[in-house]
Amino acid sequence: MVNESLISLENIARTFYLGDSQVHALNNINLQIKKGEYIAVMGPSGSGKSTLLNMIGLLDQPDTGIYMLEGRDVTTLNPDELASVRSERMGFIFQSFHLVPRLTAAANIELPLVLAGMPVKERTQRVTQALKEYGLVDRAHHRPNELSGGQRQRVAIARATILRPAVLLADEPTGNLDRATGDEVVRLLEALNTQGMTLVVVTHDQALGNRAHRQIRMEDGNIVSDVIATESVTHAQEVNPTEPVKST
Amino acid sequence: MKISDTFRFAAKAATATPLRTSLLVLAMSIGVASVVILTALGDGARRYVVDEFSAIGTNLVIVLPGRSETRGFNPANLVGSTPRDLTIDDAESLLKLSGVARVAPLVVATSEINAKGKLRETMLVGTNSEYINICQLKMGLGRFLSKTEAGAGSTEVVIGAVIRKEIFGAENPLGKTVRIGDRRLRIVGVLAQGGRGMGMTTDELMIVSTATAQSMLNTNTLFRIMIEARSREQIEEVKSRVLKAITQRHDGEEDITVITQDAILQTFDKILNVLTMGVAGIAGISLAVAGILVMNVMLVSVTQRTSEIGLMKAIGATSAAIRQLFLVEAVLLSLSGAVVGIGLGYLGAGVLRQLYPTFPAYPPAWAVIAGFGTALISGIVFGVMPARRAAQLDPIQALSKR
Ligand SMILES: Nc1ncnc2c1ncn2[C@@H]1O[C@H](COP(=O)(O)OP(=O)(O)OP(=O)(O)O)[C@@H](O)[C@H]1O
Ligand SMILES: [Mg+2]
Repeated sequence: MVNESLISLENIARTFYLGDSQVHALNNINLQIKKGEYIAVMGPSGSGKSTLLNMIGLLDQPDTGIYMLEGRDVTTLNPDELASVRSERMGFIFQSFHLVPRLTAAANIELPLVLAGMPVKERTQRVTQALKEYGLVDRAHHRPNELSGGQRQRVAIARATILRPAVLLADEPTGNLDRATGDEVVRLLEALNTQGMTLVVVTHDQALGNRAHRQIRMEDGNIVSDVIATESVTHAQEVNPTEPVKST
Repeated sequence: MKISDTFRFAAKAATATPLRTSLLVLAMSIGVASVVILTALGDGARRYVVDEFSAIGTNLVIVLPGRSETRGFNPANLVGSTPRDLTIDDAESLLKLSGVARVAPLVVATSEINAKGKLRETMLVGTNSEYINICQLKMGLGRFLSKTEAGAGSTEVVIGAVIRKEIFGAENPLGKTVRIGDRRLRIVGVLAQGGRGMGMTTDELMIVSTATAQSMLNTNTLFRIMIEARSREQIEEVKSRVLKAITQRHDGEEDITVITQDAILQTFDKILNVLTMGVAGIAGISLAVAGILVMNVMLVSVTQRTSEIGLMKAIGATSAAIRQLFLVEAVLLSLSGAVVGIGLGYLGAGVLRQLYPTFPAYPPAWAVIAGFGTALISGIVFGVMPARRAAQLDPIQALSKR
């Protein structure tokens, strides 16, 4: 490969055990993601989309396989090292926002900086900047329950991006929003992608998925198609040569 | 994460549930306050007793006739004669001993005083002029027994303030003659009101010279010999010298008991200290209960904040940081409980002092420190488990909780 991938998953598998039964949430996944890509992950419920996203975001560890992040094998890191990689390289956005209810919008945005041990002065400066960028200045001292859904997700995005991560991982970011606010949030994410942030969005929304430059389709823990807008559909076979494309 | 941020975050988390937090602080503060108040009571009792005893006099060594039974069974006591009496000569011989500053013999009996047609039964004390110094009494009027006028012919009497009031009212009693038993005695002084000697009030005493009292009572024995040592350090030496000297005078038989005020004091001090600590220990149980409450509340808090913990981990919090946050929160709760409790304790002790002004119910410093320390330790001990549980949460499962 000529230019190094930002993310490279090789034969990643993840199995959950529920009593006697096994769930193969991820089945031998191979995936390369380049810096600055905009990827939509789609597929039926339970197909392993969230598991894949958590794997990329280092919240979960694979049972087998190798995950290289920026050329570094991150499958061997200890929990504290993983936490620091998450802090510096990953930004998470969730369907249910996951804001801390007792903290104001500003304090929620500040949280990653606090955890990273940044000095107060620099923190307030960055938070003020973020509030401005996301149009939340007049909402800075409101608690999440005093904010609209769109505002909450904007706070969540501001929080996810305040440390300028390399990868932005969004799990159904518009799932709890109406179409108009959802579009607004998507435009924000796309703007961040244009600035160079790699964006991976899990979505059930076909229209939203179509906006991405690359669409990955999952079924039963397998990537069944991987379409890059400018390339042909047959690319799917190249990505996962060992796995035949399943017909739905 | 910086320490100051950890504290701020934990404090915010605690104040986010004001009712639960204040109940917890209340529980902890009741525990600490009960430790403070109960030890104030115990220590107050100790101080009260010590003060009372100190009022008897300083550096006091007291000789009692008869062997103390606390020194163990001695068959010689059974076959031997009845103990020899203490005499004035015994008392006078002690003056020569080194380390002895003053000696006052003591004869005590009840007798009747008859003056101005009034009759009253009261306590008669026969002693010498040193008694006032040894027992640190004060005169209200006139003077104490004189040194020069001793012997059986002395007609001086010093009366207590209450006797004076009852018999003479506002009249000046100095120089007046009173009848005590079959003697006619002349009042030379009145003791100041409220004095205490030998653990009893001096307000109703009549004090005459030893010889006078002995001849009135037709006896030559003494009730006690009171000795004042020159210094506190010499008390023990004086005690053994006195014992030796009198044993010698009594043909080598150890038939007296010598006690020191210091020893009595120390015994009481010890007993009451143990009592205070026991009481503090009982109060400490309520602190343990409060500690378990802290644990419970923190466990509930971890459960309620599961998704928050997951989020924190997703945005880069290490397990150690999460553990610290919850531990600090538990400690903050305990500490604020301790602070409030100490405040309440001091308030309670103050109220006690208002109600019983003579009772010195001041919380001892060690109790305050112990109450504070126990609260802190129970906060840490009972905070560890919830904090560890929070730190061990799997971020994905935590995040999926709504
Ligand atoms: N912690 C877990 N324990 C057991 N099974 C799990 C766990 N997490 C996920 N699974 C299982 O793994 C499979 C994939 O789950 P995942 O959440 O990745 O699906 P998804 O594609 O995100 O679905 P949805 O669109 O409903 O969010 C599912 O069958 C799920 O039941
Ligand atoms: Mg999902």
